[in-house]
Amino acid sequence: MADAKVIPFDDDRSRSAAVQRPARRRGAGSRRTGEPAVVREVGEVGEVQPLPGRFPAQDDVSVTPEEEPPRQPRDGGLERRVASGLAFLRRRLTGDYDVDDFGYDEELTDQVLMSLLRPVYDKYFRVEVKGIENIPAEGGALIVANHSGTLPLDGLMMQVAVHDHHPADRHLRLLAADLVFVLPVVNELARKLGHTLACAEDAERLLGAGELVGVMPEGFKGIGKPFGERYKLQRFGRGGFVSTALRKGVPIIPCSIVGAEEIYPMIGNAKTLARLLGFPYFPLTPTFPWLGPLGAIPLPTKWTIQFGEPIPTDGYPPEAAEDPMLMFNLTDQVREQIQHTLYKLLVQRRSVFF
Amino acid sequence: MGKVVLVTGVARQLGGRFVRRIQRDPQVDRVVAVDAVRPEHHLGGADFIQADIRQPTIARVLAETGADTVVHMDVTGTALGSGSRTTVKETNVIGTMQLLGACQKSPTVKRLVVKSSTNVYGSAPRDPAVFTETTPPKSLPSGGFAKDAVEVEGYVRGFARRRPDVAVCVLRFANILGPTAETPLASYFSLPVLPTVFGYDPRLQFVHEDDAVEVLRIASHEPERGTLNSGTFNIAGDGVLLLSQCSRRLGRPTVPLLLPAVTWAGSLVRTLGVSDFSPEQIRLLTHGRVVATDQMRETLGFKPKYTTAETFADFVRSRGPGLLPPEALAGAVDRIATLTLRGSGHLPTQSAN
Repeated sequence: MADAKVIPFDDDRSRSAAVQRPARRRGAGSRRTGEPAVVREVGEVGEVQPLPGRFPAQDDVSVTPEEEPPRQPRDGGLERRVASGLAFLRRRLTGDYDVDDFGYDEELTDQVLMSLLRPVYDKYFRVEVKGIENIPAEGGALIVANHSGTLPLDGLMMQVAVHDHHPADRHLRLLAADLVFVLPVVNELARKLGHTLACAEDAERLLGAGELVGVMPEGFKGIGKPFGERYKLQRFGRGGFVSTALRKGVPIIPCSIVGAEEIYPMIGNAKTLARLLGFPYFPLTPTFPWLGPLGAIPLPTKWTIQFGEPIPTDGYPPEAAEDPMLMFNLTDQVREQIQHTLYKLLVQRRSVFF
Repeated sequence: MGKVVLVTGVARQLGGRFVRRIQRDPQVDRVVAVDAVRPEHHLGGADFIQADIRQPTIARVLAETGADTVVHMDVTGTALGSGSRTTVKETNVIGTMQLLGACQKSPTVKRLVVKSSTNVYGSAPRDPAVFTETTPPKSLPSGGFAKDAVEVEGYVRGFARRRPDVAVCVLRFANILGPTAETPLASYFSLPVLPTVFGYDPRLQFVHEDDAVEVLRIASHEPERGTLNSGTFNIAGDGVLLLSQCSRRLGRPTVPLLLPAVTWAGSLVRTLGVSDFSPEQIRLLTHGRVVATDQMRETLGFKPKYTTAETFADFVRSRGPGLLPPEALAGAVDRIATLTLRGSGHLPTQSAN
């Protein structure tokens, strides 16, 4: 478990030099050398704060570098954070915030929903991100990823990965299955997280606005495949994502996610029950539904998300989007690249859980 | 030679406002206001002719007045006064057919403007997030006003085919709100507590009644240079408000109910006549609806003065404060801020606002 705690900080160090120091300082504090008082105060700040604050879950770490003088920081930090928390509460209570046409609530996503997902991302799945520099700093781009894991946690983790690691603070807008928008509560959260329906109209509108769009073209075939077929890419839909990218002239960024396949090993599929409930599949795993809600806890696998080299699409003539042959070729190219990277990452992986 | 404008549905607030507005335009000679009932508001000196557009008399009115512009605003979701749903449907559909028949025979009519609604897109979870004028609805509205609007637009398209010399403009309005607007959504927002559907937070778009009048005026005149005012246009203010935001800005608490309960409560409320909570209204308040307004800006050349949020703010000002006024909540948070900061031994900072 000690290993598991260290790894996220290693991630942090690679992502920004500023965080490196507090991580070390915290280590010093726990060894009872250095300045334990300051460290403890800072730790308390994290606990006192009752409201969803401006800072993410590891706030006790990321706040410190901003206040360098040793006395000033704790008071100023506490005050500022309480104030910003209350200002946030005030805006939420009075409805004084903006959402975009798709219902994306950036403030809520940044300050609450991401903070809820981040512990899962950092501490539970210990996601390692590679190739984040392949995502352009501006302009539209289409991230195409493999899909697995029975529940679409991989999409959410990919969103956290882009949100937390990309230097230009880009937000990933995921395209989700229509089932997501039928289910109560789920549809509300999905819209607020910036997801929208996987259809050409929405994708083109988002790409046209220069957004970063994420799509998992395998859909239910990928996410609901049996455990035995793990890391075998399914058919990539009808290649609609390629024609969308071609029409908008945005690059396609292949993305390979390793680790999501093993979170719920699907050993069976209760098809009748699925039909009754209107779901595309009803997973049976070694623990679900036998252990009830406890069985719905995913296995704590170690994840790697690798963003690959962008495949440019702006060199093609406008009528290329109507060319089925080119579309199939490009679809295959993207698929091959993801599959290849998956195998490479699997070879490098030491174990499923570490 | 000036224009003669014939306006239907003038007994409603919006129709009355439009008649008063268009009369002030210099190129308009005469405004003929038509409705089945005498309006309670004044029409600013327009000639009022009491005629039911469901009857063939409308053809005679059109021929006698020699109108060259017809603005059809009698396509509405709710009855005026104590009409039943059947009357409303007849006025919408049969009335439009009669009016279009009259227009087809009239040699003078050069321009037809129809007030439609974004209801024609329906509202379903499988729809794209933003509708453009060409988006086909995934599920055609099965009844109610939305179906009327779809049928009205169908007849208008038929008319446009048969009379290609007439410029036809269909304006699909998002929910019209404003201090005097009398729409089902306005009465919904006037409820002391807002019943909502549990687990859904629909995206809503509003258009201010001033903007509605203005765009109708633009559509009923000759197009400005570089613009085109025939065709179908979505009309909505910029931006989107979620229902939860609306309720907070109004200061009216919400009561989330499960979807079947909402449907049941809707029919109960409808029976009691408190508010018109029709099934399509429930669908709107479940899945929401957002339309693209690029055509309105680029082709029609209309820039709404009010955004969705500003429209709603204007509407909120015209209503009394709700049970949880946002100012009171903001004040409470500010007091907590003061107390917390003083409690921790520091002077309150102005960062809380």
